[in-house]
Parts: sequence; C-alpha cells; structure tokens
Amino acid sequence: MIDWKKYLLVFLITAGIFLSAVYVTNYFNSRKINELKSIQDKISIDLLSSETQYALLEELSCTDVNNSLLSPELASLADKIDFSEKNISSSDIVELKKSYSLLEIKDYLLMKKISARCGFKNIFILYFYTTAENCTECVKQGFALDVLREKYPEVRVYSFDYNLIDLSAVKAMTSIYKIKDTALPALVIDSKVYTGFQDVETIEEIKPSLKSLLPVQAGLPKTPETSTKK
Amino acid sequence: MEHFSTIVFYVFSFLSVYVQVFFLVTFFEKRKSIITRKGSIELQEYPAVTVIVPCYNEESTIGKTVRSLLDLDYPKEKLNLILVDDGSRDATWEAIKSFESLENVRTFKKENGGKYTALNLGIEHTETPYLGCLDADSFVHPQALKRIMSYFLNDDKTMAVAPSIMVHEPKNIIQGAQKAEYDMAIYTKKMLAFMGGIHVTPGPFSIFRKKVFNDLGNYRHAHNTEDQEIALRMQSHGYKIEHCPDAYVYTVSPNTIIKLYRQRLRWIYGFIKNAFDYRFLLFKKKYGNIAFFTIPSGLISVASVIFLLFFVGNKVVAFASDKILQIQGAGFDSVHNFHVDWFFFNIQTVSFVSIILYGLVISSLFLGRRMSGSKKLFSLDILYFLFVYSVLAPFWMMKAIYNAIWSKESSWALERQVNS
Repeated sequence: MIDWKKYLLVFLITAGIFLSAVYVTNYFNSRKINELKSIQDKISIDLLSSETQYALLEELSCTDVNNSLLSPELASLADKIDFSEKNISSSDIVELKKSYSLLEIKDYLLMKKISARCGFKNIFILYFYTTAENCTECVKQGFALDVLREKYPEVRVYSFDYNLIDLSAVKAMTSIYKIKDTALPALVIDSKVYTGFQDVETIEEIKPSLKSLLPVQAGLPKTPETSTKK
Repeated sequence: MEHFSTIVFYVFSFLSVYVQVFFLVTFFEKRKSIITRKGSIELQEYPAVTVIVPCYNEESTIGKTVRSLLDLDYPKEKLNLILVDDGSRDATWEAIKSFESLENVRTFKKENGGKYTALNLGIEHTETPYLGCLDADSFVHPQALKRIMSYFLNDDKTMAVAPSIMVHEPKNIIQGAQKAEYDMAIYTKKMLAFMGGIHVTPGPFSIFRKKVFNDLGNYRHAHNTEDQEIALRMQSHGYKIEHCPDAYVYTVSPNTIIKLYRQRLRWIYGFIKNAFDYRFLLFKKKYGNIAFFTIPSGLISVASVIFLLFFVGNKVVAFASDKILQIQGAGFDSVHNFHVDWFFFNIQTVSFVSIILYGLVISSLFLGRRMSGSKKLFSLDILYFLFVYSVLAPFWMMKAIYNAIWSKESSWALERQVNS
C-alpha cells in the first residue's frame, strides 16, 4: 500500500538538492577565501618591498616616498576579513586574520619610521576590540573610526582582535599597552590608552592636531586608508 | 544558540523540501491522469443526490448559494436540496423559506447547535445514495456535480469526492493571498488524492456516498472542524477519498485580517486536535500515506512556519540593531555607505535552500493554477500570499497550539457573526 521506493527516491532527490546547495556555497566561499589569500600575499610583498625601500631611504629623499610605498589594500582587506568572519565558517579565516594582524603591526612600525623621518603628519591609532562576547561598544567604535578615517586620510587605524592573543605579536602589543579584555574597546593614541567607546568628537579633542589637518594640505603624499572595521 | 537555530532551520527546510519534492514526483508520475474538462459532459446514469446547506446568520449569501445549486447542470428530479437554519438570529430563515415552494427543496429550522448538528439533521432526512454539503457562503459551478459524479461512476471504491475550491471575487490583499493559497491547494489536494492521503473533505461541496454515514456514523463536533474529522474517520476505515480538480466551487473568503485569523485559528486548532484524536493512525503501515505523509507533513508545516518567524525575526532584529549601532557610532550619514564588491554578496547555504523552497512553493502554485484552467499564471497574489502567510500565519498557529494545549475551543458561531 505504501510505496517505500518513492519515499526513498524523494529522500535522495531532496538530499541531492541540499548537497548541491552546500557544494555551491562552499565553492563560492572558497573562492572568497582564495581572494583574501591573494590580497594578503600581495600586501606582504608590498610590505617587504617597502621595508627594503626604507632601508634604501637614507639614499632617497622623502619626496620619492609615494603611494607605491604603501599598501592601499590593507583597508579593503580588513572589511573583507570582517565580513567573512561573520558569514563564512572556515578555520582559514582565523589564520588569515592572524597574518593580517602581523601585516598591520609591520605596516605600523614602518609607517611610524617613515613619518618620523619625513615629517608626515600621520596620526596612528591602535584599536583593540573583541569578537568573543557581544561587544556592542566595539561595533560602535568600529563605525566611528570608519568616519574618522574618511574625514582625515592621514589617520591610520590598526585594529586588533583581542582574541588573537595566542599570536605572540598581538600579545606583545596588548601587554605593552596593558590592554585588558574587560575594558574593550580600547584605543591607543600617542601611547595613551583610552577605554570604552570614544566618538569622533572625543577623539578630535584628544588629538587637537587633527583639526589642523582640515583641509588637507597640498603636496603631502596621500596616505592610504587602513582598517578600522571590526 | 545561533548554531542550534541554523540546524533546526536545515531540519525544517529539509522536511519542507521533501514534502514539495514528493508532490512533484507524484505529479510527474500521474500527470496524465489529471483531467480538466471544459464544458458539459454526459454521464451514463444520474444517481440521485441530496445537497445539505447548513446556515447560521447567512442571510446575505444564502440566496445566491441556493440559486447556484438550482442552476447545476443535473437532472432536477435527481437533485434534492435540504436547507437547515441552525437557529440564525438574522433573516436567514426568511431567505430559506422563499425556496420552500420548489419541489426538490426541503427546509428545516432548529435550535442553534453547531454546524455538525445541522448537517446531521440533513443526513437523517436524506434518502438518496449520494449526499453532499455546501456551506452557505459558497457557490457551485454549473458543471461541478456532473464532474464529481463521474468519479463515483468510474470507481466503485470511491467513497467521497472533494472539489476544487476557489476564492469568490477576491477584492483586497487578504483575499488575494487566499486566492493564491486556494489555487495551490488544488494541486496539493489532487496529489494527496493520488496518494490516498486526503485529510479533509471540505464543507464547500464535498460529495459522499450515503453508505459512508450509514457505516461510520454521522458528523461529530470534532472541535468545529467536522469536515476534517469525517475524512480522517474514512481514512482510518480505508474509505477512498478522491479529488475532482475541475469541479469548481467559489467561496466567500474572509476579507480582513481578524476574520482570516479567526477562521484559521479554528482550522489549525481543529487539525491539531483531530490529529491528536487520530494519533493511532500515525506511522502505521496499514493506513498508508495519511499515516506517513499527510498528518506528519501538516504538523511539520505548523512547526516550521512558527519557527521561520523567529528565525527570520531574529535576523531582522540583528540587522536593525547593527544599523542602530552604526548610527550611534558614526551618525546618520554613514548608513548610506554600502559595498558593490561581489565579495560582500552573502552566499550561504541557508539562502540557497530558501530560494529552492520558495521556488517549489511558487511552482506548486503555477501547477494548481494550470489545473484549475486559469490562464493567468503569475499575479501579485503570489507576493501577497508569501507576505500574509509568512508574517501572519505563525500567530494563528501559535495561538492554535496554545488553545489546543488548554483545550480552548475556537468558536464557529463567533466567526459567523463576524462574517455577517
């Protein structure tokens, strides 16, 4: 009376539909991860070349320091990693995030040297956040820093996920500035730590020299945008 | 928690896709046996049929209902009407009495006792080998009876035949949504008929052999859904129920959210209660597809519609709170920034599965429309349907479950009063 074969056939068709959906999803997501990896590769090559250039810098004049020296992809990579972390479940993402953090630190150190040597008015903000718990203040801070970055291209924001503490370089950063996971988000501006959400106006008060950067002075090299987005 | 709800989503969507694929496979298996006739047909014989019309406060539609029955293309001497006024408080009785003079019409007035009591009164006065009922808010197509009777004449085992119900002149979004739903039901009902798994012989114009009531007894109160209970009772005794896709019946559907809510609350409540009363059917081989397919899929659909509300609702809340944080953190202007990079197009299995599921639902609507002979396959009704049922249905379903647990009856009389 009951056609069991049909029940089985329908099960197989349904399972087939689901597996195809999973397959297609994985296909596109692995393409995304590959895209992230290739951006990251490009950035590390860029950084390596910048470091090499810096080593040669003593023989160069600061006017030769231009866009080609800096890694413009760092900001867009941050957005993409952030998006992938939320939407793609893959262990690759954590690894990508780790090497991204390392690239940020390298970029930070190099840029500090270059600005000091060439007298650029760059402002460096280190930003520590967390994804472990539901940190709504961190989300707000991320958006505020986006605005700041857009308003002042000279601002370079380096964001670090506190949960990557098993990465020794990030751990070193947190211990230098005594960042605690109970007091996040935290900003480091001129070696001073500010915990809790800081809106754009507050940051402008902390760093009054920001205002002087408006309007952008001609002749200065345009600083590429760096990540802020958590 | 997020993880858990995603797993539940996959389980429900797997089961829902399974049900839709089951219908599709049945369709491809049996599509040659789906007959949609145009115009009049001749039968080798015309068995006598009695149609019972139970009414409660239906003065405005009863006249039209009876006239549509009188206009049926069926020999007059073979068609008897029994009009039962179940203690109406309006002018229904006067409206009914105006047909008294006709030879094949009998009228009865009784104390209000519920629809099933009115039907049973009619059954007691039925002397023909076939009988049917027609709700007083519905009208029949002139060919409906002949087409239905052809199913009885072709198969001695057929004990009841359900018609195709359509929404009478849909005028607003609520009725448009129901039109799409009813059109889809024509398809699913026919597929269930092929599988021997029909679980409701609807109040509007289902026709039975009198033997059914002689053997199994009259209608029962059955939580105000006597048309579901009789079908389950028939199924539990192995009585065959057919569906005649080209027997059209037009029903006046609720035209406001609150009326629709009341009607569906009664239906779903009745479904849950009857499914509970007939739980002995569940997963027993001898009862066939009703035991393994119809009742389980009905219960699953109630559960999944409710779950989907929370699942989607949760996502909407998350999206909104993210936007609020963005405004708090960065001000209003920042909201307009969005990325056009393909990278930010969120490709998730959940989205694919949802698209497949909606695709299957919409194709079953198209198949239903085609079976009903409708030429217009696509209309805005589909969107109304998706909206109304995904947003509103969870509420009457949750309330129905709540009522079922506490055995709070939904009132047929209240629904009638609101309708009239």
